[in-house]
Amino acid sequence: MAVVLILAFVAVASVLFHLLSPWWWTPIASNWQYIDNTIIITFWITGFVFVAVVLFVAYCVLRFRHKPGNRAHYEPENRKLEFWLATVTTIGVVAMLAPGLFVWDRFVNVPSDATEVEVVGQQWLWSFRLPGANGKLGTSETRDITAENPLGVNKNDSAGLDDIIIQGGELHLPIGKPVKMVLRSIDVLHDFYVPEFRAKMDMVPGMVTYFWITPTRTGTFEVLCAELCGVGHPQMRGTVVVDNEADYQTWLQQQQTFTQMMAASGEPQTAQ
Amino acid sequence: MVNIPSSINDPIPAAEVEDVELYHPHSWWTTYVFSQDAKVIAIQYSLTAISIGLVALVLSWLMRLQLAFPGVFTFIDADRYYQFITMHGMIMVIYLLTALFLGGFGNYLIPLMLGARDMVFPYANMLSYWIYLLAVLVLVAGFFVPGGPTGAGWTLYPPQAVLSGTPGGQDWGIILMLSSLILFIIGFTMGGLNYVVTVLQGRARGMTLMRMPLTIWGIFTATVMALLAFPALFVASVMMLFDRVLGTSFFMPAIVEMGTQLQHGGGSPILFQHLFWFFGHPEVYIVALPAFGIVSDLISVHARKNIFGYRMMVWAIVIIGALSFVVWAHHMYVSGMNPNFGFFFATTTLIIAVPTAIKVYNWVLTLWRGDIHLTIPMLFALGFIVTFVNGGLTGLFLGNVVVDVPLSDTMFVVAHFHMVMGVAPIMVIFGAIYHWYPKITGRMLDETMGRIHFWVTFLGAYLIFFPMHYLGLLGAPRRYYELGESVVNPPSAHDLNIFITLMALTVGAAQVLFLFNAAWSLRRGKDAGGNPWRATTLEWQTPTTPPPHGNFGKELPVVYRWAYDYSVPGAPEDFIPQNEPDPENRSREHAS
Repeated sequence: MAVVLILAFVAVASVLFHLLSPWWWTPIASNWQYIDNTIIITFWITGFVFVAVVLFVAYCVLRFRHKPGNRAHYEPENRKLEFWLATVTTIGVVAMLAPGLFVWDRFVNVPSDATEVEVVGQQWLWSFRLPGANGKLGTSETRDITAENPLGVNKNDSAGLDDIIIQGGELHLPIGKPVKMVLRSIDVLHDFYVPEFRAKMDMVPGMVTYFWITPTRTGTFEVLCAELCGVGHPQMRGTVVVDNEADYQTWLQQQQTFTQMMAASGEPQTAQ
Repeated sequence: MVNIPSSINDPIPAAEVEDVELYHPHSWWTTYVFSQDAKVIAIQYSLTAISIGLVALVLSWLMRLQLAFPGVFTFIDADRYYQFITMHGMIMVIYLLTALFLGGFGNYLIPLMLGARDMVFPYANMLSYWIYLLAVLVLVAGFFVPGGPTGAGWTLYPPQAVLSGTPGGQDWGIILMLSSLILFIIGFTMGGLNYVVTVLQGRARGMTLMRMPLTIWGIFTATVMALLAFPALFVASVMMLFDRVLGTSFFMPAIVEMGTQLQHGGGSPILFQHLFWFFGHPEVYIVALPAFGIVSDLISVHARKNIFGYRMMVWAIVIIGALSFVVWAHHMYVSGMNPNFGFFFATTTLIIAVPTAIKVYNWVLTLWRGDIHLTIPMLFALGFIVTFVNGGLTGLFLGNVVVDVPLSDTMFVVAHFHMVMGVAPIMVIFGAIYHWYPKITGRMLDETMGRIHFWVTFLGAYLIFFPMHYLGLLGAPRRYYELGESVVNPPSAHDLNIFITLMALTVGAAQVLFLFNAAWSLRRGKDAGGNPWRATTLEWQTPTTPPPHGNFGKELPVVYRWAYDYSVPGAPEDFIPQNEPDPENRSREHAS
């Protein structure tokens, strides 16, 4: 009897914990409400299955536990029952997978009007690069990195001269505008992770990765690194501020361009 | 060597096959140390695996202490913390779970359950164990070299695994880890070939494949998978070792490390991840399939009922094994690989849920209308069902690519994989030990200690990992030495961390009781007799217990029926051993 009660208690207590727990996701600040919705669907379906299976086991133990003289029923298989269970399971799986793939299709296809913002990870610091007046990021190369040019921006690419460089500072984003986060690392794997944005992606040295979001809420958000990057991993924090348009423009005007940064360090320009 | 009747309805030929010649030990050394008896090798494997597993248990305590009381235990600095989590993960997955299920249970049960005298290559089998032991020693050596063991995380992702920002990256740690893995794979391959050939060639007369107990199906399929999956880890380890020692660039692109341009260039960190997970995902099922098989038999024996849907269970094992080779990149949804892979891998991953769910249904339907004896093995089997269903269902979150995006690299992942491939298989391991200990030693484990051990372990482990999912849902990233002040670390989350740590210490302490029970019962346990559970399979029909070298005395058993003739209507007892003749063709397969 104790076994039955404890099994039933595990099922019921798990549901109560889910409903009453104070630990729930942070208020969303991006367009990925779809992801939250898919999680909710998955919670409903899996929660139902979990409770059903555990309570069924508890019932079996209650009803069929050994008593002297008992004998088990002999039934090697029941194809009809197995067929129906497999069919119902398949329907449940499709109900989770279909919305998941639908949302993933949105996730991988960046809207054409998205602005590019580059995030560069290194042990253990976040840097950012925004396109300048020409709206384009210049090319860059890990091999070109020097003390004066910490992101390895290509000095011979005129598109990059007006790029705005933020080393170790805050990143600001305007609210309501889609932005493609272009991700690079110059040493090991990192992962640009803002819990409120829901989206995240690894940053891999030697290649460029991306994800896109539309910020939907102004505020200051913490950037965490979500891929183990050495002993400094927990200290690799940054800040993203989502501004309204006016505040964003004010902030943008105060940032230095690549050309200004190189001039400040006294290195001569090579592009025309 | 053995004549298998071409059809199950053919009469079984009389004993005319010559018996195999076994190597008979001549001294204490060849009987107990350099033994070629699979049963001795099984015990050697198991004791080694459990010993190193205890090291992993202590490491988990240390990391939990840091998470609950950051900064209080000053000797757990960031370097050590990462070394502890890395060694804990690698030991649990490879050196404990894989070695114990295949090297331990595989060696003990394959010959006995199939009615064979021994493995077909006893000498290679012995070598397999000694190379495994060497691999363990090389792994442990990491604790004693300058710089300590590697702290790269058990996934060993380059480039950080071989760079100076990671403990052991530019010292001995990573070299020893990779060398140990290479040795482990060499040793495993020797043992694994043995298990496969023995299952295919060494079965007793009448033991058709579809009469094998599910335990053997699980171990057999897992071994085939391991033989196909481990080579990927082998080449990845060799290449990374070359990157580290010889300065090659298999996984190393151009890198600026702390302001210095490194000599590497052109390599691909993602390539390592593909190789690692091509091994790593099948590895989950290499651990899970033996557990599936064993738990099926535990439920059947202790519910006195045939396993429900045997043929479906066999096919589910085989299909899960095959599918597990085409889902590896679901570990890499946010790795930066081409995101269009997500569509394919999410679909294959969720398809696996169907055969897996069928297995769960068949376990609970075996309980239905059974005659359930709440023995310790049955309790652990029930604990397995609860934890496996829980952990399996959270896999549907992480396998569904877009749901994985916010949850990946958070504590949700940690909670999921501990529940599904930590707690659940370990429930089966304990159930199996309580079940077969009487055969191995001739004595029963103590019942009262067993019950305490079960309840503390099952409820405690559930209380550790179930709430942990919600820390991940909140957004707490994994592999953080300390989270400090953060929106994802409110004071309530910190309280929860303290609770989890206290539970972890409790569950760990309960294992001391288990070890005590195992040692105490060796001498003081109740006499078990040959077949205390009244089971049908061949290992319980040996003439003496524990079985001698050669297992079955003068005559090998002949098999007449499947492994699940429990509570057959009209039979005098509620079980009929597999080697009992079936003159009236009453056994299930003859009827169908």
